Amino acid sequence: MELHDVWFVLIAVLWTGYFFLEGFDFGVGILTKLLARDRPEKRVLINTIGPVWDGNEVWLLSAGGATFAAFPEWYATLFSGFYLPLLVILLSLIVRGVAFEYRAKRPEEHWQRNWETAIFWTSLIPAFLWGVAFGNIVRGVKIDKNFEYVGSVWDLLNPYAVLGGLVTLTLFTFHGAVFTALKTVGEIRERARRLATVVGLTAAVVALVFLLWTQVDSGDGKSLVALVVAVAALVAALVANQAGREGWSFALSGVTIVAAVAMLFLSLFPDVMPSSLDEDWSLTVTNASSSPYTLKIMTWCAGIATPIVLLYQGWTYWVFRKRIGTQHIAETVH
Amino acid sequence: MDLALAPETLARWQFGITTVYHFLFVPLTISLAALTAGLQTAWVRTEKEKYLRATKFWGKLFLINIAMGVVTGIVQEFQFGMNWSDYSRFVGDVFGAPLAFEALIAFFFESTFIGLWIFGWDKLPKRIHLACIWMVSIGTILSAYFILAANSWMQHPVGYRINKARGRAELTDFWQVLTQNTALAQAFHTLSASFLTGGAFMVGIAAFHLFRKKHVRVMKTSLRLGLITVVIAGMLTAISGDTLGKVMFKQQPMKMAAAEALWDGQDSAPFSVFAYGDVSKGHNSVELSIPGVLSFLADDDFNSYVPGINDTNKAEQEKYGPGDYRPIIPVTFWAFRWMIGFGMASFAIGLAGLWLTRKKFMLPQHLRVGDDEVPHLVLFRNKALSPKLGRLYWLVAIWTMGFPLIANSWGWIFTEMGRQPWVVYGVLQTRHAVSPGVSQAEVLTSMSIFTALYAVLAVVEVKLLVKYVKAGPPELTEADLNPPTKIGGDTRDADKPMAFSY
Repeated sequence: MELHDVWFVLIAVLWTGYFFLEGFDFGVGILTKLLARDRPEKRVLINTIGPVWDGNEVWLLSAGGATFAAFPEWYATLFSGFYLPLLVILLSLIVRGVAFEYRAKRPEEHWQRNWETAIFWTSLIPAFLWGVAFGNIVRGVKIDKNFEYVGSVWDLLNPYAVLGGLVTLTLFTFHGAVFTALKTVGEIRERARRLATVVGLTAAVVALVFLLWTQVDSGDGKSLVALVVAVAALVAALVANQAGREGWSFALSGVTIVAAVAMLFLSLFPDVMPSSLDEDWSLTVTNASSSPYTLKIMTWCAGIATPIVLLYQGWTYWVFRKRIGTQHIAETVH
Repeated sequence: MDLALAPETLARWQFGITTVYHFLFVPLTISLAALTAGLQTAWVRTEKEKYLRATKFWGKLFLINIAMGVVTGIVQEFQFGMNWSDYSRFVGDVFGAPLAFEALIAFFFESTFIGLWIFGWDKLPKRIHLACIWMVSIGTILSAYFILAANSWMQHPVGYRINKARGRAELTDFWQVLTQNTALAQAFHTLSASFLTGGAFMVGIAAFHLFRKKHVRVMKTSLRLGLITVVIAGMLTAISGDTLGKVMFKQQPMKMAAAEALWDGQDSAPFSVFAYGDVSKGHNSVELSIPGVLSFLADDDFNSYVPGINDTNKAEQEKYGPGDYRPIIPVTFWAFRWMIGFGMASFAIGLAGLWLTRKKFMLPQHLRVGDDEVPHLVLFRNKALSPKLGRLYWLVAIWTMGFPLIANSWGWIFTEMGRQPWVVYGVLQTRHAVSPGVSQAEVLTSMSIFTALYAVLAVVEVKLLVKYVKAGPPELTEADLNPPTKIGGDTRDADKPMAFSY
């Protein structure tokens, strides 16, 4: 295994971390509209992710920065090619971050309601668009011999990619619902579990179709294993949720996300961004990667930093391990 | 195509707008994190309530500010790929590494511990909670260092070679990229300017309350801390600016000649206080200058030779081929002056304040005040300023608290515009750095949306700041004074409301 292969794996790890973690906080953001009935319930939902969403989002920045450093050509083609969808994602993430931080800073109801609406849409839109983006990456897009994307924005909205968007959207919402069931107490917890069943079943159907499509298109033996794991874990998560085993359910929905992302990267390798115009114009781990020296330094950095990050982020979850209910929301707190 | 709307021009405008905007929040975040951490340390060590109230007050303003810093920072991480894909392809091997380090080491630190700090008041024992804000502070400084090292490489590329076959720059010595003198000088200068910014912010807001004789005890402490920060950071900013200037004279002579609108090289070169020039003819029509000072700035020697714009342009043409290697002279000239002017004005106001509000033991008996009284402003030994002049000082401090922000912005405009036409000095020109596949319409769209959104958010942010500034430091509650002793919070009362709620 050469260094650029190692980095292909590491980039996959960073994206997996991002989708696992921000996946449930996107989901919780979406649930603020679907699940919460009143103001205190919204606060409960938002507080379950309050201390952690910002740290979760850094996984995206790390994936971006690491792609820039390890695969400059991939970074350049991807972000200049998927210009408008990425713009929409960035705008969403800007508004979303501000919404979390500013919502409680004024007591007026319309102020809070506006930010809540913002949280819903800015969670839903990126949850969908990341799936579209990855669908396109795996399927291949129009890349010319200079590694420039020459398609239009409409080419990106093809059925396969849109289906991919629906997979991430439903899967993240399910992930968020089981997270809510795990982190809350009281009536909202029961409703979260019921909603999780509905969303989870939808996610299972959509994901199965999408992953089978991927398998037929570009899969091999390894990706088939990942597919089976993803679908089995999702079914198991639904069963656990039904049985009221919330910790298991959340862990298993996490496994689904990990396996699904793994499957996408497995069917991608050794390409990083295939060209649909000519196989020779595809970006691969070899022609898109940095020099061995840079990759070596980056490997040291990631090898030391990532475990430490996992330790202190894990510790954060432990500090905030208590369930939250409406009784924990003080009257005086906005 | 109309040049004003060339993709390069639009991409540059977008980078300029989003970066200058982002950098309004960065220096405040860096300095307020450390100052808040300092105040909280004082609370933990002395248990004086004024320190805890100050921590909560400045901490709130810090949070309102860092939220904007974080979200506008996301754009920076992706903008290179979006608008500058050829730049990314060419330099990614070198430039990407410090960016990735920044994310993996600094951003994770910052954003994880900020969450712990915000929500941790009733979940963490006092000292661990304090450690969290220090971690945030360390994160902000590390982050600044990595990104400044990356920027320094654009100013003065080192530790790389050109790989002709792959058509790109490749890293050969990462340590050199991180520790070259440009990076050290730039980090020193930027960090001290950041503390000048936070100090002036603190002084201005404390002055606002003292002017109205409100929250005196907390605000007197804050004023003192702010003034000391302004004076120390102001001095360091001047010293590091001088260092950075000398580095620049060697590494980018064109930038410094342009900063001075010095058209022709000369011995004992003057520093112009004011100049109005004719770029097409290559000379100044009006000029007011102090002889010898520029030579001193460049070389510590009043008589040394400093090359001018015309000589440097000719030298670069010989080295890099035909072309115009001059930046826009009026922009560099005035940006340089405004940077120094606004920064040093802030420093002077802080210095005056520190003297006027000096401590009890330096004052005669009748001018000393108690803890809850607004200090007299004492100019000479025995006499306080008249009430009118006293009020004037507070007003000046309030109205100039944004000066360092202006200075910072012009500083960045100067250093980035002064490097043009290069994006990586001597290696890659800006016009070769843009994304060839991105259309004019796409850049125009994103630029307009970012500008509009940023404008709206600026209004929201400033209104919130004003609201919380006016509200003053909060009263302390039972829970504030009895922090938990166990990680995860005490189990005394499981249904106790959370200390912080979004």
